[in-house]
Amino acid sequence: MATQHSRSAARLMMAPAVILLLGWMLVPLTMTLYFSFKKYLPLRGDSLANGLEWVGFENYVRFVSSSSFWPSIQTTLIIVGGVLFITVILGILLAILLDQPMWGQGVVRILVIAPFFVMPTVSALVWKNIFMDPVNGLLAHLWKFFGAEPVQWLSQASLPSIIMIVSWQWLPFATLILLTAIQSLDSEQLEAAEMDGAPVLKRFWFIVLPHLSRAITIVILIQTIFLLSIFAEIFVTTAGAFGTKTLTYLIFQRVLESQNVGLGSAGGVYAIILANIVAIFLMRIVGKNLDA
Amino acid sequence: MGTITLSKVTKSFGEVQVIPPLDLTIDDGEFVVFVGPSGCGKSTLLRLIAGLEDVTSGTVKIDGVDATTLPPAKRGLAMVFQSYALYPHMSVRKNIAFPLKMAGMEPAEAEKRIAGAAKVLNLTDYLDRKPGQLSGGQRQRVAIGRAIVREPSAFLFDEPLSNLDAALRVNMRLEISELHQTLKTTMVYVTHDQVEAMTMADKIVVLHAGVIEQVGSPLELYNNPRNKFVAGFIGSPKMNFIEGEIATKHNAATIGIRPEHISLSTKSGDWEGVVGVSEHLGSDTFFHVKTKAAGLLNVRASGEVSARHGHKVFLTPDTSKIHRFDKAGNAL
Repeated sequence: MATQHSRSAARLMMAPAVILLLGWMLVPLTMTLYFSFKKYLPLRGDSLANGLEWVGFENYVRFVSSSSFWPSIQTTLIIVGGVLFITVILGILLAILLDQPMWGQGVVRILVIAPFFVMPTVSALVWKNIFMDPVNGLLAHLWKFFGAEPVQWLSQASLPSIIMIVSWQWLPFATLILLTAIQSLDSEQLEAAEMDGAPVLKRFWFIVLPHLSRAITIVILIQTIFLLSIFAEIFVTTAGAFGTKTLTYLIFQRVLESQNVGLGSAGGVYAIILANIVAIFLMRIVGKNLDA
Repeated sequence: MGTITLSKVTKSFGEVQVIPPLDLTIDDGEFVVFVGPSGCGKSTLLRLIAGLEDVTSGTVKIDGVDATTLPPAKRGLAMVFQSYALYPHMSVRKNIAFPLKMAGMEPAEAEKRIAGAAKVLNLTDYLDRKPGQLSGGQRQRVAIGRAIVREPSAFLFDEPLSNLDAALRVNMRLEISELHQTLKTTMVYVTHDQVEAMTMADKIVVLHAGVIEQVGSPLELYNNPRNKFVAGFIGSPKMNFIEGEIATKHNAATIGIRPEHISLSTKSGDWEGVVGVSEHLGSDTFFHVKTKAAGLLNVRASGEVSARHGHKVFLTPDTSKIHRFDKAGNAL
């Protein structure tokens, strides 16, 4: 890529991909913005062919003033925060565990990664029916075995249940990234710290954890992007009931259950803003770890 | 104080015995170099002393106290690693301070020691940099700084110069030797480079397959190698070994003669030969001479000798400097 000629050739060849991706992003974004300023209720006869009525910021105002809006933001943040907390902490512990030499290491590692390959819908259904069912679920049997009253997971502890399901899905991802990071730690550094008189926990705190900081940053950034938009896990378990309605789910309800495309689109724009605020905060807090 | 005594120490990894029973005493204030070809167990031996590996059997005593089962931190030793093993996320100051912090030393006292170490090692201007911003030699000095602030009873060096370029290596060699003169602390130094061993050591321990072949001062090993291995390992270029008729004449299975103890002449001498490769170093010239009587021989001549490839030359060994070995390779 040194000469002027090869640089322009590179630009030319990358253009189709860039244009495609740009269009892929811009078309839905523009349409969302367009609909958000229109009254668009398909069941009441509104359609693109007849032309839509311009309503200004009315959809935006209605979306925010709805009693479900702030709770949905709160739910979204609790789920994202909870899952991040659990996956990062358990991910570090699991990564350290898997880094120890042991018999059957290869098989164990594949087993640990396995949940990541299960589709969100499927894993949520598996959790709902096999583990969390208050009558026949494994957890219910476990509770009964110890003589306790089975917990009705998805109604009594709905938010923790969903956090648990999503954490189970994302733990392999965190573990995998942190494991590769741990494996790249120079063992002589740990030995040097040992010679310097640092016991196990201090070695972890002063050597291993700083070494992992960059990997943790990556895990947090990538997971946040995906966790802000979780949907299937809520749809198949609680369908948004019992305080599990996230912003994504609220938008889904506005567009498909209430058949109000304009209102949903306004919600979509709020979701974009929320994602960007979170992203800026994260970049600020942890992004400096990615330098150097 | 820093005497280290190993008695009947062995080390096995699974079925493989890397170090058969071994006895060694390192006196206080000595500069001891473990030297040997790669895989001879010299690093393992150092790690056994450090406590980073457990001995399979035998005892390690440090200052007369049994340290066999003591963890590394309690042995009062400091180690400099081959990769330096600096903590990349900490500044030079924090790197050097780390062992003091772990020992729970007062910040004021620690600061004084860091300043002292930095002054000795010329690191004062670099204290606030990260290891990634330093050159190889500076990193090396930081690693040494981290070792000396603890004021250990002995220093352990694991091939510390092997990552440096040739010029820097010579410099650091001098610096470490000077440091030893200043601190007068016991130093145990592992290297595969016999030049480093010869130039720095008070006492060289030559290891081969986990066995100590010979222990002695550099000149002792050079003048009186106990066997063929030591004879071949110490000295550069390598000693020439001659077998057959010439050896029989000296009542030995093999005789050894160092390149510097053979004189080269274009007119007359004991062995006639043809010059192959010649390496001109300026002060010296090394000739590879193919002789009929004694095979291929390495000869050192002064820089002025101007024999070229293909020239006919005559070689004469200095008979008083001939080393004689029996069939098993032991010196006679």
